[in-house]
Amino acid sequence: MTFEVRFHGRGGQGVVTAAELLSVTAFSQGRRALAFPSFGSERTGAPVVSYCRIDDRAIRAHDPVEQPDAVVVQDPTLLGLPGVLDGLVDDGFLLVNSAGSPESLDLGTLVPQLEPHHIVTVPATDLARSLLGRPLPNTALLGALAGLTGVVTLASLQEAIRERFGAAAGDLNATLAGEGFVRATGGAGRHAQAG
Amino acid sequence: MRRQVEGSRAVAESVALCRPGVIAAYPISPQTHIVEALSDLVSLGRVGSCRYLMVESEFAAMSACIGASAAGARAYTATASQGLLFMAEALPNASGLRLPVVMTVANRALGAPINIWNDHSDAMSQRDAGWIQLFAESNQAAVDLHVQAFALAEELSVPVMVCMDGFVLTHAVEEVDLPTQEQVDAFLPPFRPAQVLDPDQPVTIGAMVGPEAFTEVKFLEAHRQLRALDAVQETADRYFDVTGHDTGGLTTSYRLEDADIAVVALGSVLGAAADVVDDLRADGVPVGTLGVTCFRPWPLDEIREALAGVSSVIVLNRAFSVGSGSILGADVRLSLAAEQTHVYDVVLGLGGRPVTRAVLRRLLDDVLEGRVSDRALSFPDLDVDTVVRELDREGHQRPESVARGELGADEWGKAWT
Repeated sequence: MTFEVRFHGRGGQGVVTAAELLSVTAFSQGRRALAFPSFGSERTGAPVVSYCRIDDRAIRAHDPVEQPDAVVVQDPTLLGLPGVLDGLVDDGFLLVNSAGSPESLDLGTLVPQLEPHHIVTVPATDLARSLLGRPLPNTALLGALAGLTGVVTLASLQEAIRERFGAAAGDLNATLAGEGFVRATGGAGRHAQAG
Repeated sequence: MRRQVEGSRAVAESVALCRPGVIAAYPISPQTHIVEALSDLVSLGRVGSCRYLMVESEFAAMSACIGASAAGARAYTATASQGLLFMAEALPNASGLRLPVVMTVANRALGAPINIWNDHSDAMSQRDAGWIQLFAESNQAAVDLHVQAFALAEELSVPVMVCMDGFVLTHAVEEVDLPTQEQVDAFLPPFRPAQVLDPDQPVTIGAMVGPEAFTEVKFLEAHRQLRALDAVQETADRYFDVTGHDTGGLTTSYRLEDADIAVVALGSVLGAAADVVDDLRADGVPVGTLGVTCFRPWPLDEIREALAGVSSVIVLNRAFSVGSGSILGADVRLSLAAEQTHVYDVVLGLGGRPVTRAVLRRLLDDVLEGRVSDRALSFPDLDVDTVVRELDREGHQRPESVARGELGADEWGKAWT
């Protein structure tokens, strides 16, 4: 089964790192994965897009994700930009970094094809600011994505995060991923872990 | 060992495994991550006694590689786009002096308009510089081709350019199986230069050659490059024996054996093309792909033989010759000069426009249903409305073919391809 994720954020929020970490996690679980950025001119604050394609067989195509199974929006001010929610499949997921509820952001109107319980918000920037002291929402969102979709396990994700960020920052970000997971699921995975 | 790693990092580690003596480079997107990683590896002492030269320009990078290679060092650099053009003056010196420099080109468009994204215009602009040009279709291929490039270059005394799609491969994080140091050492012996600059035994390299001998020197250079056709295949076979990695040699193919239609391409687009082949095969359409790994020297006979069984060929050009037409397609037509094969010559994916599976599927469907000319150069991902509007605004006469996204207007009696 192919599972494709598109990340939207701003330069400096770790958008490219998020896709890479997801791919490394999937790889560590024995799956094939491809992560790549949308190849813009990187500038702090500029809209950035990255992709992660996960599959059980070798991934040959390097084309951008056009019909994502999940869209992760790291900055809710991007929701109004063209293309951010394009192509999201009917049984897909939308995860938005916001302290507001999906209802308060009117997300259901933006993606009417999605089941309401597939639309989730997590206050990832607030969580990161309190734990890291820096507004870096990507690891909390990855934890939330793991909980919401079951595409990777939280344990594997935390392992990949520790590997990537080293001792101190690794532990803090792994804790953040766990926080995100809990926020997205209320404690247990919303879906059975899909391998 | 299999790892999930960025293409640039994998290539840098692959180059490091080849134990270069001198790396001279100037950073330019999308090559930057490769030389940054190599700079780190050298400063960490993980590339033996290699010297990393952070030079002031691409011209200096190639010049330093030429000097280092002439003095007997295994020399490497990497660049892209206008950086490659800034080296252009020195490229025929490396090949003409028979110096086995290896260079990565992280393929990127040429400006103006300035564009940092991927196509093949940079490498194509240097196709006549006397370098061997190899194209990688994945990061695994890029890793494997770099190791082979050093062996080829030093066996033949010809410089080798390894081309990989900028961003699409260089910035992609995917699974790569790097060879071990033991395998690379077994495959690639230490560099034994054919000639060397040595103050104790002075020789002249690069003396002036006048009309009395220049033609002969150039003939010999071309003859030696053609020998590379055998060497590329033998090197790939030997690399397979040592590492178990099958890179194919001159070409790669996918489901081509019983195909009636072949898609011919260079680089990463072959991955998406293989997926589209599977979709069409499921619908009973006998299609396959032919990937050209060795673009220079051009494998004239091998391409003809590989395409002998098909009646139609679709050539995907990621660059073209303004005022003339196709580049890759022209070479394919040369291979098929005595055949009756229909050649559909298309230009797409310029300046980073993604060549998606949907774009390729639509192109294949259009060819199958007779909507693509085999006499014109077609631009299937062109926004025709924009082009027509601009030409009309300028008040120029335009042939109908422009509205079909074709150059080589039949109405004007010209066939550009």
